[in-house]
Amino acid sequence: MSEAATLPTRRDEAWRYADIDAVAKLGTAGIAEWQDIVFAAGETKRICLIVGGDAPEVTRLRLTVGDGARAEIFATSAGSDYTRLEIEVTLGKGSHFEFGGVTIGGGDAVREFVTQTVHAEPDATSNQTVRAVHWGQATGNFLGEIKVARDAQKTDAAQDFKGLLLEAGASANAVPQLEIFADDVKCAHGATVGQLDEAARYYMAARGLSPEMAQRLLVQAFIGDAFVELDDEAEREKLLQSALSKLEGKL
Amino acid sequence: MLKITDLHATVGEDNPKPILKGLSLEVQAGEVHAIMGPNGAGKSTLANVLGGKPGYDVTSGSVEFAGEDLFDLDPHERAATGLFLGFQYPVEIPGVSNVQFLREALNAQRKFREEEPLSGGEFLKLAKEKAGLLKMDMEMLKRQVNVGFSGGEKKRAEMVQMGILDPKFAVLDETDSGLDIDALRIVGEGINSIMRAPDKGVLLITHYQRLLDVVKPDRVSILADGRIVQTGGPDLALRLEDEGYDAVMSEALA
Repeated sequence: MSEAATLPTRRDEAWRYADIDAVAKLGTAGIAEWQDIVFAAGETKRICLIVGGDAPEVTRLRLTVGDGARAEIFATSAGSDYTRLEIEVTLGKGSHFEFGGVTIGGGDAVREFVTQTVHAEPDATSNQTVRAVHWGQATGNFLGEIKVARDAQKTDAAQDFKGLLLEAGASANAVPQLEIFADDVKCAHGATVGQLDEAARYYMAARGLSPEMAQRLLVQAFIGDAFVELDDEAEREKLLQSALSKLEGKL
Repeated sequence: MLKITDLHATVGEDNPKPILKGLSLEVQAGEVHAIMGPNGAGKSTLANVLGGKPGYDVTSGSVEFAGEDLFDLDPHERAATGLFLGFQYPVEIPGVSNVQFLREALNAQRKFREEEPLSGGEFLKLAKEKAGLLKMDMEMLKRQVNVGFSGGEKKRAEMVQMGILDPKFAVLDETDSGLDIDALRIVGEGINSIMRAPDKGVLLITHYQRLLDVVKPDRVSILADGRIVQTGGPDLALRLEDEGYDAVMSEALA
């Protein structure tokens, strides 16, 4: 494990918004571990993760997705300290990568998803949906790099990021990065950051919902997008609840 | 049932503008009271102040509702106490279904009143009955709140909400705007069947006689320049329709 013999710095593009102090606390040993996951040709596999705790945490997954396989990763990042989930994906011919992620929380923690999706072969598709809900001085980041190799024609890659800031002082960063060497490809990306809809909150109050309940419903609707493609109700409920529980006692 | 006394209110935070300037009005139980008035008179402001919308400030006066000081209650507590606000522009809430929204709202109100919550099955039965009253398909109730609804569907959905929540008192702000003739009749009849009761009351803000032909108010008041300038029976609305605000109001002030 010599990959991270020196600590990353903010000058490294992929660590630009990281909490460098927390990274230093982790040391090279804490961030060096890549977990390799192989998806055999034609296989569909789903991984659901709840990341983050009360100490800095970096999780690194390296996915190799075989021809025609489907890799699905869904994650809630709701710890109270620096939490980074990094995913490197190499897509085979006609394969698919689905990522749905939610960062949520207050305090002053940085929670981030960093993905590098390599469309190495033709006809592969990828879809990434990230929602960030923060308050206090917290930060949510999504750095998504997409690389399309010269021969990877008919690539269809999409990234969608939305941030919801519940209080002034919180922030969200979206960094889409495209590197495309094929000429017949679709790469879509979108990013918005906003606040809770005041009109909706008042409307909900007028029907009898307390500010806490209205906020919870609105946040639930907002982060639900990230798990639309998660075709397992129990897992979806688990990821949603682990996110929504962070709102308790917030207002 | 609703007693408004010398109410003064402003809108806007940086540069507050006075809109209500000494409005007094009383609506008894069992009464449908229509409020008419020219544009800019303060009709929607009245509805917003009663609902507790952010951005509106009551500078003096009082409102007593069901024996309580309305301004002691937060907006969601006003709803739970039995006040329903029909919106002129119902709000879209993407990602939240009508069924979830209304069930949570109803159960929140019931909890506030220390009543038992309704189960999913009980709620669906109630929702189906009330939707039927307004000729609304249950499929529409499964859709997201007001998302993709036409203007008429939004107003009809407001009435379905009113039926489900079963308030003591409804303030309906231009519920007739944006409705075609058939929808107007359905909504008017909905108001009658849900709110016409000896222990309920309605404040019906409208521009047009059309809705009043169906709902038939007991009293009609004219709101102009932030005050009630005249109150009468249903014939007052008919005279307004014939003669216009200027003629009727100049007579009243003379």
